[in-house]
Amino acid sequence: MFTSTPYDMHHRLPDLPENTDWPRLVDGYRHMALIRTFDKKAVNLQRTGKLGTYASCLGAEAIATAGGMALHDSDVFVPYYRDHATQYLRGVPLYQILQYWGGDERGNAFPADTPAARDLPNCVPIATQLTQAAGIATKAKLCHEQAAVLATCGDGATSRGDFHEALNVAGVWQLPLVVMVNNNQWAISVPRSLQTASDTIAQKAVAAGIEGFQVDGNDLPALLEALDYALDKARHGKGATLIEAVSYRLSDHTTADDAGRYRKASDLHAAWQREPVARLRQALADAGHWDAGQEKQWLAECQHQVDNAVETYLNQPPQLPTDMLDYLYAELPEALKAQRAALATLSPEQTGGHHA
Amino acid sequence: MHSAQQHPDTSVPLNLLEAVNQALRHAMEADENVVVLGEDIATNGGVFRATEGLKETFGFRRVMDTPLAENLIAGLAVGMASQGLKPVAEIQFMGFIYAALEQLISHAARLRNRTRGRLSCPLVIRAPFGGGIHAPEHHSESTEALFAHVPGLRVVIPSSPARAHGLLRAAIACPDPVLFLEPKRLYRLQRLPVELDDDPLPLDRCFTLRAGEDVSLISWGAMIHETLAAAEQLAEDGIKAEVIDVATLNPLDRDTLIATASKTGRVVIVHEAPHNAGFGAEIAATLASDALMHLLAPIERVTGYDCPMPYFAMEQHYMPSVERIVAAAKKTLEY
Repeated sequence: MFTSTPYDMHHRLPDLPENTDWPRLVDGYRHMALIRTFDKKAVNLQRTGKLGTYASCLGAEAIATAGGMALHDSDVFVPYYRDHATQYLRGVPLYQILQYWGGDERGNAFPADTPAARDLPNCVPIATQLTQAAGIATKAKLCHEQAAVLATCGDGATSRGDFHEALNVAGVWQLPLVVMVNNNQWAISVPRSLQTASDTIAQKAVAAGIEGFQVDGNDLPALLEALDYALDKARHGKGATLIEAVSYRLSDHTTADDAGRYRKASDLHAAWQREPVARLRQALADAGHWDAGQEKQWLAECQHQVDNAVETYLNQPPQLPTDMLDYLYAELPEALKAQRAALATLSPEQTGGHHA
Repeated sequence: MHSAQQHPDTSVPLNLLEAVNQALRHAMEADENVVVLGEDIATNGGVFRATEGLKETFGFRRVMDTPLAENLIAGLAVGMASQGLKPVAEIQFMGFIYAALEQLISHAARLRNRTRGRLSCPLVIRAPFGGGIHAPEHHSESTEALFAHVPGLRVVIPSSPARAHGLLRAAIACPDPVLFLEPKRLYRLQRLPVELDDDPLPLDRCFTLRAGEDVSLISWGAMIHETLAAAEQLAEDGIKAEVIDVATLNPLDRDTLIATASKTGRVVIVHEAPHNAGFGAEIAATLASDALMHLLAPIERVTGYDCPMPYFAMEQHYMPSVERIVAAAKKTLEY
């Protein structure tokens, strides 16, 4: 049902029906604009040495925002690593997202009083989060929780066994799982065409015996419709869904990458004509639900929020070196006490691994 | 010590396999968050029958036959454990566990640490390991050292029915991820008394199975059987051997090992796994560092050879024997 909007046919969003939930879309637009402001700042922080290698979410704003908006508090989110908007909407403060990319594990200690409290942290080993998501969905089913699990991954992840193993068991056990692939056409430098000879990624659901479909990953209303449907289906025990959200990675893979080595400038230029934030802004403006004044005011607010987050991030006290041992086991084993004592008294001169 | 009158003997004779089954049953009765999963474990009760009868008692929701994918089993267990379940997953043979390594190393062992305690991963992976049962290729491996190297992952190996029962209950109760390796050669070797209502055993302690002053024999798993027999044989020559069952490889009870080496001054480490970078090397290095002044002879290691586990026609040549352990012990005494 969602395959009717092939992504590359539209520079503009399809016309939205009269009964569209406009406040929800305006909310969605605000989140997308905020996360784009955040993303730009995060890249700049990396360039100026204030953040580690960072995976930009430029071009993924609609996908990740839709995920965050469609999830219920009692659902569980299992991210890959371009899901900043979803994490933010689940309750992870922006400064904590920076903390994670700033090389500090405290960035994964999501606030206990938010829906993110039980969500998994970012997952760097590709696709390994998907079998875990199946395990979380199994728990939800076992305990009759009426909760859904949303897991995300990129197109490269669909080449891995974990992807197929997770879909397979989700089919066999009728798990309340939604796997959303951000098919942004690139796995670092390797294009989608070299990952799979399948016409679509969505069709891989067929082999697993679950439903799968494509959706325009630059179309927030379409994504919300797709996710509302799939998550609701999961919560009601009607099985798993694979969603292929077709988009385009407008950024480098990470700040350590230079996409100019493998991506044609003309392709990037074409992709920018369909980027999700401007498309939604245009659609809202066309329908009379957003104007230049609101835009100006909101962008100023975004900048303010991001600046505050950066300040909070930069002013976090350093971790104690002993933290690297103190959280490893529920209780520090006797065997580690001597190492902990040594670490606690390590002088700055004794630390290693400095740049030459 | 309590007298027999006060506490009548309520132990029952069980083999190691039955002890595992009883420990699982006990844990599932005590805590409904305990679930078991794996290949062939539900209707079939496991290829060794370790989970026999559990599905009938606890139902298919808590006793799950998974699709045939070890990486999936580990990933499912990580996901379940992250949300508060206590999954006990069976990997059918240790030779097939490598597909699960990424989940164990990159996720299970790190989840608590990388979320600064927000989430944890209280799973148990059970796997039969070791040779000596004339099994096909890939069914006889002992690669415990690979796992003992992983910070955050506990590695526990019982060597008797009673320790299997007490250690598995402790492993399931433990809030950390545990790899529980079951020496399959001992599964049906003998029935020994197991006290089913005893407290779980500590997960960070070596067990002293036999006291002695002349030489320390340090081992774990099925090799405890040969090691105890070697101690018996040495006793016939008037040599008093102390036998230590390491039981938990990570985190390692270094104090007990240093104490025995300091007491006897002579050490033989016995393991079935290959010699090079085997876990015996960690113990030897610990003793060379922390018991050096007490050592009266170089530390001996009696191990498998640095080759893949041979097919079963030659496995008796590979497996450390009582004779090799006795000879190594005598070598330390003659030094």
